[in-house]
Amino acid sequence: MIEVRSVSKFFGNKKAVRDLSFTIHEGEIIGLLGLNGAGKSTILKILGCFLEASQGDAWVGGHSVAQNAQAVRSLIGYLPDKPPLYEEMKTRAYLEFVARLKNVSANAIPQYVDDAMRKTNLLEVSDVSLGELSHGYQQRVGIAQALVHKPKILILDEPINGLDPVQIIEMRDLILSLKGQHTVILSSHILSEITKTCDRILVIDKGQLVAEGSESQLRGKAPQGIHVRLELARSTPELVKALRGLSGVLQIDESAASQGFLDISCSHDIRPLIAQTVVQENGELLSMGRKEAELETLFFKLVKGGV
Amino acid sequence: MGKIVSIARRELGAYFSTWMGYIILALGLLLEGILFNAYAIGDSPKFSADVLRDFFYFSSGIGMVAAVLFAMRLIAEEKQTGTLVLFYTSPVTERELIYGKFLSVFLVYLIMQAASIYLPCLILLEGKVSLGHLASGYLGVMLLGSAVLSLSLFASSLAPNQLLAGVLATSLTVLFLVLWLVAYRVDVPFRDLFMYMSIHNERFRPFSIGIVHTRDLVYYGSLIFFFLEASIKVLETRRLQG
Repeated sequence: MIEVRSVSKFFGNKKAVRDLSFTIHEGEIIGLLGLNGAGKSTILKILGCFLEASQGDAWVGGHSVAQNAQAVRSLIGYLPDKPPLYEEMKTRAYLEFVARLKNVSANAIPQYVDDAMRKTNLLEVSDVSLGELSHGYQQRVGIAQALVHKPKILILDEPINGLDPVQIIEMRDLILSLKGQHTVILSSHILSEITKTCDRILVIDKGQLVAEGSESQLRGKAPQGIHVRLELARSTPELVKALRGLSGVLQIDESAASQGFLDISCSHDIRPLIAQTVVQENGELLSMGRKEAELETLFFKLVKGGV
Repeated sequence: MGKIVSIARRELGAYFSTWMGYIILALGLLLEGILFNAYAIGDSPKFSADVLRDFFYFSSGIGMVAAVLFAMRLIAEEKQTGTLVLFYTSPVTERELIYGKFLSVFLVYLIMQAASIYLPCLILLEGKVSLGHLASGYLGVMLLGSAVLSLSLFASSLAPNQLLAGVLATSLTVLFLVLWLVAYRVDVPFRDLFMYMSIHNERFRPFSIGIVHTRDLVYYGSLIFFFLEASIKVLETRRLQG
């Protein structure tokens, strides 16, 4: 559905995207993950025909973005990081205007607008001026304008940006509800959100693709070993010293020691040995749990070039 | 064509959904009325044709100012509010966008001129007005105004915000206005060139006295077309460079 081949984009001397290549299949929900300034928005703008690549090309639905931008524009719905809204317009009038721009026939416009408003739960604000809507509703209108012409591909740039926790959950449900009807490519710098909505994650750093895969595949790339968290009623320097001396202990993080927690990184599962040592050193163990390899840690390592 | 009309309709709505459009219209008409009474009619006896000529003279000046104010926001405001992306990511060409914008502002300008028609009609109370003179004068005002509209639209496509667009549009308009003065200070062929390019003096006066020259129609038509196409090129380039 989308194929990006060796795309680079320069802004003067600055290289925002470097020789980027990836493929997105029909029906997938893909997340572009990266820190601010990593090049995510630039990639989405190129796919949205909003920006031309300096080198390379991308194909959307078989059409070259560089050669046949108009055909590509007909296939996509695009939500920029700030929804393109005319504040003086009412929701329905705005969506009807966008539908006309996107080649929806005059007869079909009411139906298409109704469908878009139903999908995004906007029917109740149909006659409200866009400037009077809350940020969450404005973001919904932004998505509605992107899907009003029922495009095959939805490009959403930071769709949860600036939303409160309730609105984030609503937006997540909305994006998940689009699965199967559209191929969705979205960007975010919030790892936890992207893992909850996307089938596959493309990790972007300094304009380059540094990792790609599903959440579990990315976890598989995390450093091997296990992480154990101890909750102690009492911890002594002697206990920590004894734990450090155990075979298989790689590192002990005492940053949460004041709250009674010790985080231990081990090369393999030595939990029985740890429990035994705590008892021997009168550590008063309250609980011991195994932590999964943190995706945040992996992400941090990826963008720092550690993996 | 459908998209041009859609864009123009939305833009028209934007003019009249806020006070801005009404204020510019009202102030323009108020000034025209004052100048018509104070100077065009004046204290001394005048021929009706001279009153009409003076009316069109003032009308052209106020029209140019109004044209800059109306048009300076057209693209610059889209850039400021981030709505330009809507057009760039929709199957809409830069040409449709520019012509749609121009159509809307042309209609607003037309409404302003149409609303002033009661002023020349007042001459009928105590004099005679030739319909040909009236039509010629309004044609001149519309052509001159449209040229300033397209020039201001071009400025709007270049500038990052409305204020700069206004400054740029005003500067360009003044430049085209004073070219005939510059023409007297330079030698041929620049004298002929500057005289030809001057937007008001030599071009507009014939219309104001009821004379329509084909060369003036071609001049205004070319100027409008040139700046509309230049605006399209600016937007295309902007899309290429980001």
